[in-house]
Amino acid sequence: MSDLLSTVFLASLISGGAIAAVPLIYAGLGEAISERAGILNVGLEGMMLTGAYAAFVAALNFDSIWLGLLVGGIAGMVASLLMVVLCIRLNANQIVVGIAITLGAEGVTALLHSAAYSDTYPRLPGAGELEIPLLSRIPVLGEGLFSHHASAYLAILLVVGATWLMRSTGLGLNIKAAGDRPHALDAAGVDPRRTRTIAVLSTGFLAGVGGAHISLVGAGLFVPAVTHGAGFIGIVLAMLARGRFGWVVAGALLMGMSLSLTTALQLVGFDIPIDAVQMLPFILILVVLGAFGRNSYLPAALALPYSREAR
Amino acid sequence: MTATDSSLDAPRVTPGGDQDRPTTSPLRHQFKTALRALLPVLAAVVVGGLLLAVLGRDPFSFYADVVNRGLIGSLGRQESLIRMAPLLLIAAGLMIAFPAGIWNLGIDGQFVIAAVLVAALGPELAPRTNGWVLFPILFVVAFAAGAAWSVVPAVLKAWFGMNEIITTLMTTFLGLSLSALLVKEFFDDPATTVPQTKVLQVGDRLPRLFGTRVHLGLVIGLVAVLGVHYMMTRTSFGLRLRIVGMNPAAAVHAGMNMRALTVSIFMLSAGFAGLAGAIEIVGVQGVVRAEWNPAFGFAVIPLVFLARFHGPSVIAFIAAFAVLSIGGESASRQAGLPNFFVLVIVALMLFFLAVAEYAQARSKAAAVS
Repeated sequence: MSDLLSTVFLASLISGGAIAAVPLIYAGLGEAISERAGILNVGLEGMMLTGAYAAFVAALNFDSIWLGLLVGGIAGMVASLLMVVLCIRLNANQIVVGIAITLGAEGVTALLHSAAYSDTYPRLPGAGELEIPLLSRIPVLGEGLFSHHASAYLAILLVVGATWLMRSTGLGLNIKAAGDRPHALDAAGVDPRRTRTIAVLSTGFLAGVGGAHISLVGAGLFVPAVTHGAGFIGIVLAMLARGRFGWVVAGALLMGMSLSLTTALQLVGFDIPIDAVQMLPFILILVVLGAFGRNSYLPAALALPYSREAR
Repeated sequence: MTATDSSLDAPRVTPGGDQDRPTTSPLRHQFKTALRALLPVLAAVVVGGLLLAVLGRDPFSFYADVVNRGLIGSLGRQESLIRMAPLLLIAAGLMIAFPAGIWNLGIDGQFVIAAVLVAALGPELAPRTNGWVLFPILFVVAFAAGAAWSVVPAVLKAWFGMNEIITTLMTTFLGLSLSALLVKEFFDDPATTVPQTKVLQVGDRLPRLFGTRVHLGLVIGLVAVLGVHYMMTRTSFGLRLRIVGMNPAAAVHAGMNMRALTVSIFMLSAGFAGLAGAIEIVGVQGVVRAEWNPAFGFAVIPLVFLARFHGPSVIAFIAAFAVLSIGGESASRQAGLPNFFVLVIVALMLFFLAVAEYAQARSKAAAVS
């Protein structure tokens, strides 16, 4: 049992958990914003994959992680444009379009990747870390939490910024209104479809950056379906957070740690089946949902298309 | 307000695709309906062809390969028919859930859990009995296993109004992990090096039809889809489900037992997914390897929508999809591409379907005013 408290184990658990958590934070934050605006984005996984591939190509050609992350975000945004046109402008069913985006992105990125790189399978150099002075020297915790690529800290800053945006700005109010009472927002002189467009494009950007983080910082390469369901976990986290972005971070860290628990256990000689460990967070969440399910809240107009004619 | 089903958009299409009454002759109406279903498909094929051209492949020869190997060649055609069986059963379940406004996105978990249990049980039972006893037992087990895997989402939805999209996504992850765990730790065949269950001998699998390789599962799938279509359009239970989907508040006011209905929708749709898993095992695979997940669920969901929950159309779309997957597999191999092209085509079809429905709604609105 003392092994479980050893530095090696804890350091590996925390640092691995944090690395796995960062893309979930980006994607979960994006989904949470979009849900607040009344758009259920099931295409999150597809937007992440698009971002992951575009970022990989950019980082490979221009040798810059930051440029890669930016390109990944823009690519995710382009993918989310489909959702803007089809779901917000043409009132298509959000879940169907979301699934289509995920399927399409999985196919297109795999095809492009195979056409361009199937002979070489290039890898990216390590992303490098930003060690936060003093904090990173805290034993165990410091190395795990305060010695990551700078984009990890950016994710936290974005969560703080988005929370402020929702609480204290007109745009934040509009977004919440677009999710709860789009007709009231329209009556107040703001086009809900415009507000929802802003929200969905932000979601696409954040999901793209999250995907980029997986291919650039996490894996250092792109393979088909490299995001491995992270987008769907992001959807779950956002729905559980019910609009409170801080909970996305907490959920992402929990999920990330359980994903890295197996590696950490193996490091100290514990041989537990990986599949059993991976089930833990989902069982935990279901139990929590069963216990506190009554308090669940989702925006009233979530997944309902808005059109002025249909009152 | 709480997250009841009213907060999520129930599918806005009635089963049977008869949402607009024929104003002209029935034949012309049918022609227009068929055209409306075919246009997105054609557009998707064209855009997919452009993508192939961008990748430096000849789209014409690629599509010719798809048709030749998936439909015209006898072996390929049989493969396509074999592939249809599990897809049809999954679709039958979704044709119950989606019109009722229940978003069961947990198909893949329900499918694999049932498949693992069937693969573990089948080889144990097979030597002790015959097909008349074996298959019914396995099918009941699979239906029950799939249904059991949706009990938690069903209860959370029916009693707490918990959104089923999150819960079924989570049970998918759980189901896939649990299946892998079961295969590796409990049902592992010690005689093989890779973790997998014991193999159901070819002689113990589902009977084949007319001397082909196509097995009885195809018939079961076809009967399931047509049966569900009949149930949804011609029985009071089906009507109830559609009312629940179209207007849950009206359903409550009409005195329907929402909890019982919600739970039975989950059980039926997940049960069919489980049955699909059994059919795939006793019909084709005979064995489950750890981490096996064909992800049929996510492929069938869009198809059921493309077909607007209409039974015969569902069969047509699944047949086309099966030809596209089987033919696409060999065409992709021939063209040196990974086997992902079919995903792109399905996605494109959905995008164009959305555009087509919008255009249709617009023209109808214009005709009214």
